[in-house]
Amino acid sequence: MIESPQTMNHSVSNRKILGIALAVCLVCSLIVATAAVTLKPLQTANQLAARQRVLVELAGLNLPDSSIEAAYRQFDVYMVELDSGETRQGLSAENFDLKQALRKEEWSSPLARTDDPANIRRKPKYLPVYQLRNRDGSLGTLILPVFGYGLWSTLYGFIALDGDLRTVKGIRFYEHGETPGLGGEVDNLGWLARWRGKVVFDDNWQPRIELVKGNVSDDMPDHQYKVDGLSGATMTTRGINDLLKYWLGDTGFGPYLLRLRQQHSNKGGNNETS
Amino acid sequence: MKRVNSKILLAPIVDNNPIILQVLGICSALAVTTKLSTALTMCIALTLVLACSNTLISLIRHHIPTHIRIIVQMTIISSLVIVVDQLLRAFAYEISRELSVFVGLIITNCIVMGRAEAFAMKNPPWPSFLDGLGNGAGFSVILIIVGTIRELLGSGTLLGHVILPLTRNGGWYEPNGLMLLPPSAFFLIGLIIWVVRSWKPAQVEAPEFRIQPAHNLTEVGR
Repeated sequence: MIESPQTMNHSVSNRKILGIALAVCLVCSLIVATAAVTLKPLQTANQLAARQRVLVELAGLNLPDSSIEAAYRQFDVYMVELDSGETRQGLSAENFDLKQALRKEEWSSPLARTDDPANIRRKPKYLPVYQLRNRDGSLGTLILPVFGYGLWSTLYGFIALDGDLRTVKGIRFYEHGETPGLGGEVDNLGWLARWRGKVVFDDNWQPRIELVKGNVSDDMPDHQYKVDGLSGATMTTRGINDLLKYWLGDTGFGPYLLRLRQQHSNKGGNNETS
Repeated sequence: MKRVNSKILLAPIVDNNPIILQVLGICSALAVTTKLSTALTMCIALTLVLACSNTLISLIRHHIPTHIRIIVQMTIISSLVIVVDQLLRAFAYEISRELSVFVGLIITNCIVMGRAEAFAMKNPPWPSFLDGLGNGAGFSVILIIVGTIRELLGSGTLLGHVILPLTRNGGWYEPNGLMLLPPSAFFLIGLIIWVVRSWKPAQVEAPEFRIQPAHNLTEVGR
């Protein structure tokens, strides 16, 4: 092998090259690991706070004179077994970590490609739901977690329904990696405000809500089921359509919502017991 | 400060600007300038990474084997970028969410690699540090100009404060939607390049080729 003049001048042996490479990697990994480990508690606290704020804002509890934490405590949080729709008393919703649950065998199960329109690969067995009761004890707001794949990333969010379990109170995504300015406009408050008052289910309680191209005016047919899609973000829009269909349908919270409706009609809107 | 050093620090701001003369780092300049706050955060992050990576690479420049210098530079740069990303997530959560992938993409920013390879590998740590700061400042100047114009004309705000009240909120200003889309940053950077090159004609590059004047028009025509 003919060596280049440069290497002959430096007379760098293979051993030195390996040594330097190893040393650089070791030092760098040490720095990265230290940063990641020491900052982890702060980051987790930030994420939790961001999630609680989203929930509080969705329910309209964010009053200027009370803290987010205090407002968050007004929620009744239940863990729901998705397949049966039953709430599970024994499970704590407070320490539930969706991403960890998606990695664990006993908390989630793999989805076949054909059963996975929201592109989530694994379906959790249990998810927390957040209920807010009116003064008279009837259900005021129900907030459900939803997630699914957009263009670059999984969008994690919540959809808030009114007590009729049909009308949208609001929708928000607390974590996503979509392109800022395009798919990232899922955070645009003007766009989010357009969801209020939309209807997610048709008369047979099938998910009907859909993002469409162009403005949705009140004189359009079925305008209550349609929301203006994000311009320039076709894939993100499609992702949101798919994840809502998935989570509101029988594959997601369908069984739970059915139970809630039955309880509602049986007891005339009294407290939910499980 | 010695004259040479101050030149190293100041030259990249106008005379040898990484964006408008070398046309590097365009990706993030397009992506993060819809708002001034994200542009500012990006400026700080990039300047920090650039100054640190230049210094570190310069410190070990005599020990980096030429065979593997690029990957060694990449390792150092990516480690710094990860640290900056983690810091943002811990201390500026909202902004880190808005910047999303673009902090991570500093790794592939040509300015960082370019300065490591062109300057830090051949110069002592202190000038390399200044070179990093200077190039970071040059990048920042352009990002701040573009970010200011885009946020002001696109959303009528600056750093989130309303400057031009929008018609949809009952004001008089009809926002220019184009300013919120990446191509507008292209136009703005193009305009800045035009202005700077008219002001400093030395930056105008010689044309790479000239079209031969046609002697016989009928041959060219059809």
